[in-house]
Amino acid sequence: MNIIYMLLAISILVAVIFFVAFIYSVKSGQYDDTYTPSVRMLFEDELVKEKSPKENHNSEKTENLKKK
Amino acid sequence: MANCFHCGDSCLDVEIKHEEKSFCCQGCKMVYEILHANELGYYYDLQSTPGISPNEVAGKYDFLDNEAIVEKLLEFNDGNTQIVSFLIPSIHCSSCIWVLENLDKLIPNVKSSQVNFPEKTVRITFSNSTMESSDVKTTESSLKSLVVLLTRIGYEPYISLEDSDKKKKSVDRSLIYKLAIAGFAFGNIMFLTLPEYFEDSDFWLDQFKPFFRWLMFAFSLPVVFYSASGYFISAYKGLRSRILNIDVPIALGVAVLFIRSTLDIVMDWGTGFFDSLAGLLFFLLLGKFFQQKTYSYLSFERDYKSYFPIAVTRLVKDSFGKITEEQAEVYTVKTGDRLLVRNNEILPVDAILIKGNALIDYSFVTGEAEPIAKKSGDKLFAGGKQQAGILEVEALKPVSQSYLTQLWSNDVFSKNHQGIFESLTDGISKRFTISILTIAFLSTLFWMVVDPSKAFNVFTAVLIVACPCAIALAAPFTLGNFLRIFGREKLYLKEASVIEQMAKIDTIVFDKTGTLTTNEKNFITYEGIELTEEERNLLTGTLRASNHPLSRALYGILEKNNILTPDEFEEEVGKGMSAKYEQKSIKIGAYDFVNHQDENTPEDSFIAEQKNRTSVHISTDQDYKGCYIFNSEYRDGISATFESLAAKKKLVVLSGDNDGERSRLEQLLPVGTEMHFGQKPEDKLNFIKNLQKEGKTVMMVGDGLNDAGALKQSDVGIAISENTNVFSPACDGILDASRFKAFAAYITAGKRATQIINWAFLFSLFYNLIGLSFAVTGHLKPVVAAILMPLSSISIVVFTTIASQNAGKKLRMNLNKKN
Repeated sequence: MNIIYMLLAISILVAVIFFVAFIYSVKSGQYDDTYTPSVRMLFEDELVKEKSPKENHNSEKTENLKKK
Repeated sequence: MANCFHCGDSCLDVEIKHEEKSFCCQGCKMVYEILHANELGYYYDLQSTPGISPNEVAGKYDFLDNEAIVEKLLEFNDGNTQIVSFLIPSIHCSSCIWVLENLDKLIPNVKSSQVNFPEKTVRITFSNSTMESSDVKTTESSLKSLVVLLTRIGYEPYISLEDSDKKKKSVDRSLIYKLAIAGFAFGNIMFLTLPEYFEDSDFWLDQFKPFFRWLMFAFSLPVVFYSASGYFISAYKGLRSRILNIDVPIALGVAVLFIRSTLDIVMDWGTGFFDSLAGLLFFLLLGKFFQQKTYSYLSFERDYKSYFPIAVTRLVKDSFGKITEEQAEVYTVKTGDRLLVRNNEILPVDAILIKGNALIDYSFVTGEAEPIAKKSGDKLFAGGKQQAGILEVEALKPVSQSYLTQLWSNDVFSKNHQGIFESLTDGISKRFTISILTIAFLSTLFWMVVDPSKAFNVFTAVLIVACPCAIALAAPFTLGNFLRIFGREKLYLKEASVIEQMAKIDTIVFDKTGTLTTNEKNFITYEGIELTEEERNLLTGTLRASNHPLSRALYGILEKNNILTPDEFEEEVGKGMSAKYEQKSIKIGAYDFVNHQDENTPEDSFIAEQKNRTSVHISTDQDYKGCYIFNSEYRDGISATFESLAAKKKLVVLSGDNDGERSRLEQLLPVGTEMHFGQKPEDKLNFIKNLQKEGKTVMMVGDGLNDAGALKQSDVGIAISENTNVFSPACDGILDASRFKAFAAYITAGKRATQIINWAFLFSLFYNLIGLSFAVTGHLKPVVAAILMPLSSISIVVFTTIASQNAGKKLRMNLNKKN
């Protein structure tokens, strides 16, 4: 019946891993700005749509800008 | 009228048509073109009219050619890759985030950029190779071209003297760690104790009991020694300075809980109270966490450094006598240096004007609304903003010794005068701690006599159950709620304790200019001989040609029919202008300029009085006609606000201005309002200090840097701000100017907060009495503590939240009524 020691050890180990992951994410500043990512997320799709067909015009356009 | 496609302003003067869209100025059109040419047109799809009209940049960022300055601004630099963070006050919508995070499309050198919207900052990683964007020359430093481009698309970074001694700001996240550890331990310990609460004797349980208990002990170690460390330290500090703060009974409770529980498992007396211990700390820290509310884009600690430029243009004579311009750090400016000040630049030192037309706007420094013209040889004070062309000045003093900056060497700014203030919680904790200790000793004595075996149990039980968790939670949750409610209603407070202070205020001191008066509107009246229609038309025509702020303001209110365009027009900066139309001539401006030929005649009292006020004088064909007087416009409802405050508080008005407005203020404000004029920044500070010596609790309401000392000295310093994006001086709170008329409502709400806290105290004392009755009789089992403690904490949280939400609703109703 010593399986309970192992089970407890595993469950606590899992809990500690998550706990450490949480502390790490706080430390790395993930929670410092909770607003901007929520907005950023919304325009990622649009970007890809716009980019692909016009990609080759890009260099040309930059040229134009230089002249201004 | 069309609205600008870029910035949304109505196109007043000109309307530029481009690609079937209207723009209000060339600048806006330029931004549109730049963005479109670089595939960034999506900017306008995200939000309509998201743009900001860009400012003039020529020469403004030349200081970024100075490598020493650039080095100070960069966060990271390894030669190739550089990282810089900018504060960009104009960030305001999702389009801003989008365009700033796509800077790499605009400038090839930019590797990545990330916006922090709440803080209005952008962090840009870029490579140092020469920039090849638009028309920026390749010789410029890459940082400079970056800044110039940002400015040209309307996102001007705010670079100030403060950035030059920027230390790596380390964010203190220890409270989150402590909270996380306490919560983690709480959950796990609960899970381990639960079996023992249900089964009295079970084979399996008996076998694993010691293991479970030691595991709980292990979990409680970081809670006691790390999470609770703040309470032990604070209690120790409190005791050393002979104050029984609320942390004393908490620390005592935690220590007793831990020792008793450890003894319990060592001696095999029972499970101990580890779950209550971890739960207690979890709730306490949660309260502390909730009490914090930071408005990341507002700063309550600013001093003059946030307003002053980081660099100046210095004129240096080389050995051949040739004068060259040089970009120098502000701190290196010495007495006698020649400096060049451009339009819209702030003068960082006291100086003497050598060359140029000075029109200095001191609005932020002294609260003077109108720009002041200066002649060469006049003394200029640091902090003024030049409004009319280029100036050459000679520095009189280095930055740190200038008139305005010297205010910051006053003791108030170095001394941290916290701790004088005894909070409600500290007040109750004194009596609470003493009575708990008395009860603990008396009941122990009683059990010593009756049943000595129970004495230790009872003693510890009393201290455990009396641990004032609920009391300690009442204030943080109530004040935290109020902090958020006030924030929603545009009163932004630095920290929760300000609300308690606010409730104690008995004297309120107001600054006049910028606080009681608005910066925007002017109330203009004419006094003198009435002008004929022809004269009026000529006047409007002449004013139209001038860019002086007073001319613009006056032009705005005059009728504009039959405008005569003058044949001759001449403007002398700082004096006025003269114009001619056919036979008629007109002079507009300062009294001495308009009426200069009869200098010898003594001024009558009327003129003398008008000279004290902001006025524009007019003479036609050499005859003095009269003047337009610019009265400062007082904010809406100041009479009503003062009236409602006057009943309970002493009110004072301090003004840096002369007493030209005294009679008008006396009419507006209730009788008994003290007024003092001609107050310098130090006078204001000392005035507050003297009031405090008389035992008054003073609130200062001000707006400019000239109030900074007084705001800091006062018990509660509130800065009024027309635009919270523009910085306010160091203070305890920032109030949006539009809410000034409801000033009294905030103070009433602050009072309400302390009432709620007092009710919560009563509530938690009731819980303590129940707990004590268990403890004193020797019946406190771990399971009772495990139920009672979270129950009391949670019910206090619920009570304070509901009560403060109600108070918030009432405040909102009050505010709406006033609007």
